[in-house]
Amino acid sequence: MSTTTPAAPARRWPAVPGPLRTGAGFALAAVVLFAVAPAVLSDFRLGLLGKFLCFAIVAAGIGLAWGRGGMLTLGQGLFFGMGAYVMAMHLKLADAQVRGDAVPDFMSIAGVRDVPGWWQPFASPVVTLLVVLLAPGAVAVLLGLMVFKRRVKGAYFAILSQALAAALATWVVGQQMLGGSNGLNRFRTFFGFDLSDPANRRLLFFIAAGTLLVVVAVVRQLMRSRYGELLVAVRDQEERVRFLGYDPANVKVVAYTVAATFAGIAGALFVPLVGIISPSDVGIVPSISFLIGVAIGGRDTLLGPVLGAIGIAWAESSLSESFPSAWVYAQGALFIVVVGFLPGGLASLGGVLRRRGRPAERVPHEEPDEPASVRTTEPEKEPVA
Amino acid sequence: MDVVVSQIFTGLSTGSIMLLAATGLVLTFGQMGVINMAHGEFIMAGSYTAYVVQQATASAGASLLISLVLGFLVGGAMGVIIEITLLRHLYHRPLDTLLVTFGVGLVLQQVARDVFGAPAVNVRTPSWLSGSVEVLGAVVPRTRLFILVLALVCLAALAAALQYTALGRRTRAVMQSRDLAESSGISSRRVDLTTFFIGSGLAGVAGVALTLIGSTSSTVGQSYLINAFLVVVAGGLGQLRGALIAAFVLGLLQSFLEYSTTASVAQVLVFVVIVVFLQFRPQGLFSLKTRSLV
Amino acid sequence: MSTHTPSTRTERDPLFGGNAGMGSEYLEVRGLSVTFDGFKAVQDVDLTLLQGDLRFLIGPNGAGKTTVIDAITGLVPATGKVNKSGTQLLGRKTHQIARSGVGRTFQTASVFEELTVLQNLDIAAGAGRSPWTMLRRRPGVEPRIAEVLDTIGLASLAEVRAGILAHGQKQWLEIGMLLVGNADVLLLDEPVAGMSKEEREQTGQLLRRIGAERTVVVVEHDMDFMRQFATSVTVLARGRVIAEGSVAEVQADPRVQEVYLGTTAAAEYTAEIGGA
Ligand SMILES: Nc1ncnc2c1ncn2[C@@H]1O[C@H](COP(=O)(O)OP(=O)(O)O)[C@@H](O)[C@H]1O
Ligand SMILES: [Mg+2]
Repeated sequence: MSTTTPAAPARRWPAVPGPLRTGAGFALAAVVLFAVAPAVLSDFRLGLLGKFLCFAIVAAGIGLAWGRGGMLTLGQGLFFGMGAYVMAMHLKLADAQVRGDAVPDFMSIAGVRDVPGWWQPFASPVVTLLVVLLAPGAVAVLLGLMVFKRRVKGAYFAILSQALAAALATWVVGQQMLGGSNGLNRFRTFFGFDLSDPANRRLLFFIAAGTLLVVVAVVRQLMRSRYGELLVAVRDQEERVRFLGYDPANVKVVAYTVAATFAGIAGALFVPLVGIISPSDVGIVPSISFLIGVAIGGRDTLLGPVLGAIGIAWAESSLSESFPSAWVYAQGALFIVVVGFLPGGLASLGGVLRRRGRPAERVPHEEPDEPASVRTTEPEKEPVA
Repeated sequence: MDVVVSQIFTGLSTGSIMLLAATGLVLTFGQMGVINMAHGEFIMAGSYTAYVVQQATASAGASLLISLVLGFLVGGAMGVIIEITLLRHLYHRPLDTLLVTFGVGLVLQQVARDVFGAPAVNVRTPSWLSGSVEVLGAVVPRTRLFILVLALVCLAALAAALQYTALGRRTRAVMQSRDLAESSGISSRRVDLTTFFIGSGLAGVAGVALTLIGSTSSTVGQSYLINAFLVVVAGGLGQLRGALIAAFVLGLLQSFLEYSTTASVAQVLVFVVIVVFLQFRPQGLFSLKTRSLV
Repeated sequence: MSTHTPSTRTERDPLFGGNAGMGSEYLEVRGLSVTFDGFKAVQDVDLTLLQGDLRFLIGPNGAGKTTVIDAITGLVPATGKVNKSGTQLLGRKTHQIARSGVGRTFQTASVFEELTVLQNLDIAAGAGRSPWTMLRRRPGVEPRIAEVLDTIGLASLAEVRAGILAHGQKQWLEIGMLLVGNADVLLLDEPVAGMSKEEREQTGQLLRRIGAERTVVVVEHDMDFMRQFATSVTVLARGRVIAEGSVAEVQADPRVQEVYLGTTAAAEYTAEIGGA
């Protein structure tokens, strides 16, 4: 371990790519997502990739809040679930309307005649979109203020946020009007577009891809900004920041809220792309699983979380079907090995290998300037005594 | 009136289960600062220990008593192995411990599924624990009464051990100031290992006890874990009396809320109560006074 | 935030009783008490600190010096009154007290190790920035930050990660962070502890220079250092102020000699921790 910072591994604070590399990166990502992927992938695979992109959107937010802000957001399933269920309710209502039914199909099977009052606002697409965009953030602001202002942090925060996701999952299971443990599924249209039409499904994929690019751009700006520097300062020495005149709670709330908003948006995109949302997508296990890709990719880098999330989701979907048990072992092993022994994720692997051959980082050789006070020849005055 | 009494007993019973699951955490999480997500899987290991022992023993009663001892040893051994191989590298990164031990938990769950199969298994209740007794007009299953007593006995034994044995004094010294304790010749490694053994062993005991009231599957521990952590958080880190009060208050709260609403709503409300409570006492009910600057 | 007119920026040395005359900035502490679980760590402390006075706060280990600073900066709850140029500080939140211009350092250097020297200073300078400014990139080096980089002698290390600075450089950076934040009351907790003789000398000069325009309190054990740079001294023992005045007055005070200075035990103690 480094002798300088016991709290953080001895590695350089990863810089955010500059404008040129960023421009090139975005162009490349756009080509891959909008031209290459639809050309080479089957409709089914494209839909799968779309689902991974949703996880990547969640991961980008976690990278900001956890990697840069030090808040272990173990409960992102809560916000993901909020966005997802709100969207799912709207889609169910819209489907019922298209078919001319009074209530969504699963309700009429259960013998329900009228749409419950709390469902009704979500018949409106505008309300739905507003709630998807604003509600997770609003809940995060409220919760963040309550928790961070009282200096609940570290493990306490992690456990509380995890309990929150567990609470949502438990609550949903008990809600027959949300499909209970089966969840909500079988969506036919998406804002008027027929979801069985491959062209529309492709459009949906493009929306997810575009959203991911926007999300990455937002995170990049936040990381590069003064706020991003302050966030790292709060992560490393929260109490110290207070004595410089900042309230660290506000700093943390911003990152937490951004991460929550991203998770909500991802949830809302997940629903039409995947076609189902159930309590098992929002509880403790999926919430922690969001973190593994982030940890593998490099939690405090810009692209690490995004690429890590996509990679892990891809590995899971290709392995878990044929070797379900092996996949669980692999997932467990990844948590143990990456978090335990490579906390910087794969992004730090290059650095770790490079450092092997070289002496530790040192102050540049030139002598530091003397304090100016020594150079200016002050008239030497005896202290009055 | 009977309803109130019976809800009180339900609450005490729920509380005692939380307490049993949390007592080990008071040591490992509260005192050592290790967020051991595999604690739930140690509970599960205790449950399966009871199951295995019963396969080999004719009498359900004898098997329960053997299992309680064996469960403690199995849980403790698992804890020590994980402490030695993983956790001691991670003491300065508590949040990372959480994720690492979650990975351990995933692996252990899968091991259980591969060994014992996915369907849940059941352990027979000894005859002297079947049936119920009437207390103040409320019907209370004997198994629940047994768990209540067991939870209190475990807690009292732990408290006494911390208070009166040399090891306990060393443990408390390390908890209050690791550096100071080391400079006065206490080997904090030994203390860490012992603490972890006892804390994990108690999880095993909890697992054995839980077979009396429910079936055993690979996720049995996980379902108790969150509540156990909340008990420790609300009670105050490393505070046995805090955990005691928190467990029973939360248990009673849940029982009465469940009665007036539904189980899932009650769970959510209990959570809200804890968040609000932490508004007033961010350190939990009781807190260790330490001098921490920046 | 700054109350200094250009005319006060001339080179002046700190003076006993302050050098700014009437209408200067001040920090007035009255009846400050701090209790930990019934133990009175600080009792009824009065301090009057004027702009331009380089005050040393001395006393044996455990006297309560750090606790006084903790109380003034809102880290520990305290009773009494702390008045900074007309504003009451006690009972306000730590970050509000910091914003009102009271800055402090800690016994152990606590810079942001993962950030560069420049980033450290920029954060320290920015508590009053608008959200809009915060959300944009840091454009170049602000003039006041460049000036402070010169003052603390770290201009050539501006882009270096603070974690790899030498111990003395970290302490200078901490002081620099208070300067860019426009703190006019500086409470420095053992800023030269662990420094080489040469670094102490440089730091002393630095303190004198910044002390000319601000109210500076330095907690220090090293008597030589105190004699060389203090303009006034407050002696704390067992949580109480037992003497106050110029270096000579305090040294002559029999009570001080008893608890701290003149006794052989104290002389040994001073030699031990002073090192040089
Ligand atoms: N948070 C605290 N809890 C309990 N006692 C404390 C705390 N902070 C300081 N003390 C006690 O108060 C006294 C004064 O401490 P301190 O201000 O650090 O002394 P100094 O800085 O003069 O060496 C010491 O006896 C110390 O043990
Ligand atoms: Mg001190």
